[in-house]
Amino acid sequence: MGTPMSALTKISNWGNYPRIEADVRPWPLQTESPQIARGMGRCYGDSALSTHIVDTRSLNHFLDFDAESGLLTVEAGLTFDEILQVCVPRGWFLPVTPGTRFVTAGGALASDVHGKNHHAEGSFSDHVRWFDLLTASGEICRCSRTENTELFYLTLGGMGLTGIIKALAFYLKPIETAYIRQHTLRCENLDETMAGLEAYGHWTNSVAWLDCMAGGRAFGRSILMLGESAKQSELTQAQSLNPLKVHSTKGIPFPIDMPSFTLNRFTVQAFNQVYFHKHPKGSRDSVVHYEPFYYPLDKVLGWNRIYGKRGFTQYQLVIPHADARKGLQEVLELLAKRKMSSFLTVLKIFGEQSENYLRFPKAGFTLTLDFGISASLWPFLNELDGVVERYGGRLYLTKDVRMNPDFFRRTYPMAQEFMEKIKALDPTGKFQSLQSQRLGIHA
Amino acid sequence: MKKKILVIGAGSDVAQALSRLRAERGHILWLTARSQEALQPLLADLKVRYQVEALGFVYDAELHSAEDLMAQLPGIPDEVHVAMGYLGNPDRLDDPKDAARILKVNFSAAVLLMNAVMHAMIEKQVKGVLVGISSVAGERGRKSNFLYGAAKAGFSTYLDGLRNAGFSHGIHVMTVKPGFIRSKMTAGLPLPGPLTASPQQVASAIIKGMKKGRGTVYVLPVWSLIMLLIRNIPDVVFKRLNL
Repeated sequence: MGTPMSALTKISNWGNYPRIEADVRPWPLQTESPQIARGMGRCYGDSALSTHIVDTRSLNHFLDFDAESGLLTVEAGLTFDEILQVCVPRGWFLPVTPGTRFVTAGGALASDVHGKNHHAEGSFSDHVRWFDLLTASGEICRCSRTENTELFYLTLGGMGLTGIIKALAFYLKPIETAYIRQHTLRCENLDETMAGLEAYGHWTNSVAWLDCMAGGRAFGRSILMLGESAKQSELTQAQSLNPLKVHSTKGIPFPIDMPSFTLNRFTVQAFNQVYFHKHPKGSRDSVVHYEPFYYPLDKVLGWNRIYGKRGFTQYQLVIPHADARKGLQEVLELLAKRKMSSFLTVLKIFGEQSENYLRFPKAGFTLTLDFGISASLWPFLNELDGVVERYGGRLYLTKDVRMNPDFFRRTYPMAQEFMEKIKALDPTGKFQSLQSQRLGIHA
Repeated sequence: MKKKILVIGAGSDVAQALSRLRAERGHILWLTARSQEALQPLLADLKVRYQVEALGFVYDAELHSAEDLMAQLPGIPDEVHVAMGYLGNPDRLDDPKDAARILKVNFSAAVLLMNAVMHAMIEKQVKGVLVGISSVAGERGRKSNFLYGAAKAGFSTYLDGLRNAGFSHGIHVMTVKPGFIRSKMTAGLPLPGPLTASPQQVASAIIKGMKKGRGTVYVLPVWSLIMLLIRNIPDVVFKRLNL
C-alpha cells in the first residue's frame, strides 16, 4: 500500500478503439482539469474517454422506490443489471433498455439510450422525471421538465458534457411476468423487411436482424422479431412456477482476443446464411425469458473481443421515413460494392423525436452496422456519411468514433445552440471528452 | 433469527459489500458514518434492495467517543464489524495532525469502541461476534506506511487479546487481514492483480470466517505466506529494502 497518486491506466470503451492512457479517479471530482464521467464504458468509441476520467461506479446506491407509481430513484452509477435484479421479482421492468444490461443509469441518460420499443415507448429520456447534475460551477442542480428545464434537455443525450449526473429518478413499467411473447418471421427481401417493421408497429418491441451479405432477390432479407410482455396465462407450466424470474448473473467469459481476421466477408457470409436458414419460412410464436430477448449478447461476457486487438466500431444511422427505402438500399449497396461486411446488422423503426438538444432518434428507420477497425474503413464510412446526409439522416453519438465536426453540425440541427449553451455553462471546458474535442464542441 | 448488525465505517467499500450480504439474509443493519449525508444513500440502498430495517448513526472517530455512539444505539448488537480505516499520507514525518489521525482512526478509536461493545455484550450476556478489519500492513513496519502499519499492528494485537478475553463469555472476536483491496482507498494505485481482492471477496471471506469461528482471516491465502516471508527477513536486510 502506498500513496494515492496519479497513475495512468490504459483504457478503452466497448469497441476497444481508441485505446488511450488516462488518469482514472473514482467519484467525487479530484481535479480541475478537463474530464468526463465514465460508468461501464459501454459506449463504443471515445465518448467516455478523456485524459482525466471520473469513474462513477461507486455511485451505486438505490435511493428510493415508489411501488405505487413505479418511480425509481438511483445514483447514476447503478447498472441496469442490478436494477433488474431488484425490480423484476417485484413486477417492474426498465421502461427502455439497450441491447446490454451492463450500462449505468447515468450513462443511459447521457446517451439517451433506445431499445426495441422506441416507436411505441420512446427513448430513455422520455421516462426520466428528474436528475441531479453537478455542473461546472460546482453546484448540484435538480433538473426536470419544470425545473432548470434548459439544463434538463441539454443533459438528456448530452454525452456527459454538461457535468456529472449524480442521481436520477425514472419510471419503471409494471410487468405481469418476466417473459416475452415472441413472434418471429422471415422476411425474404428489403421490401418485406421494411413493410414488416411498419405493419407490426403496434407491437411494443420490434427489431429485424438483417443479412447484409445477401444479394439479388434476397437483398435485405431478415429475421423480424416482435415481442410483447407476456401475461401469466401465456406462460408454460414450467415458466409459471417462477413467473418473475430474474436473469442469470452467470455469463460465459469470452476467452481471448480473436485474431483480427476471424470476422471477414466469408465468415460473416457463412454465419448469416446459417442464421437466416435456422429460421423456418413464415412465422413462429414462442414465449421466451427477457434475457435472451433483450440481452442475447450479454451471455457472452466480453464478446467484443471477437474483433481482436484492432477493435471495432458501430455505425448507427437513422433515415426519415420519406426516403428510407432508397437510402437504406444505397447504404447496403455501397457495402456490397466496397466489399465491406457487417457482422451484426440490425434494422429498427424509430418513433417521434424528443426535445433534447442532441437528439438522435427521429421518425424513420435506424440501421446499425458494425465493422472491425482498418485503414480502409475510414474513407468508406465517409462515403456512407454522404448517403446518410443526402437522405436527411444522422448518426448515433454513443457509437461514433470518427464523425467529422462539419457533418455533426449539419446533421444535428441544434448542435450550434448546444455548443453555445455549453460554452456559457462551462466556459473553461471542465467537462470534455475526446469525442467533444473531435466534434469541435470543445476547441 | 434476525440479528442486529452494527457496521462501523459503513461507507467503506468492504463495509458496503458486507452490509449488502448481511441485509440479503434479512438481518437488521445499524450503520455508522461520519455524516448524515454519507449515511443516507447507504441506508436507502439497503431498504430498497432488501426491504430490511436499517438505521444510521453519525459517528466520527475523531469527534465522538465510543460512549456517544453506544448511547445512541437502540440495544446491544449481535454482530459488530469495525471497518473504519484511514491510510493517510505515508512517508511524511512533518504532518503531526495527519499522524494523529492515522493513529486515532485505525487504533485508539477502534480499540475504545470495541472495548465498549465487549463490555456491553458481557453485561447483557449477548454471545455476539466482533470483527475487526485490520491489515497485513501491521505485520512488519515498512517505510512506505509505518504509521498506518503500527496502528494496525496495535489493533491486531488488541484483537488477539480481546478474542482471549471474550472466549469465556461466548463472544467470538475475529481479525481480518485483507491484502490489497480494489477500493476507493487504493484508487489510482497500481495493484498486483493476483494479490488484490475485491471488496465483495473480502466480505464473503468475513462471513465464511465467522461461520467457521476463525480467529484470523487472510482473504487471499497467499498473503499469509507473503507475510511469513516478510516477517522473517533479517533486519540487516529489511532496513535496506524498498518496500
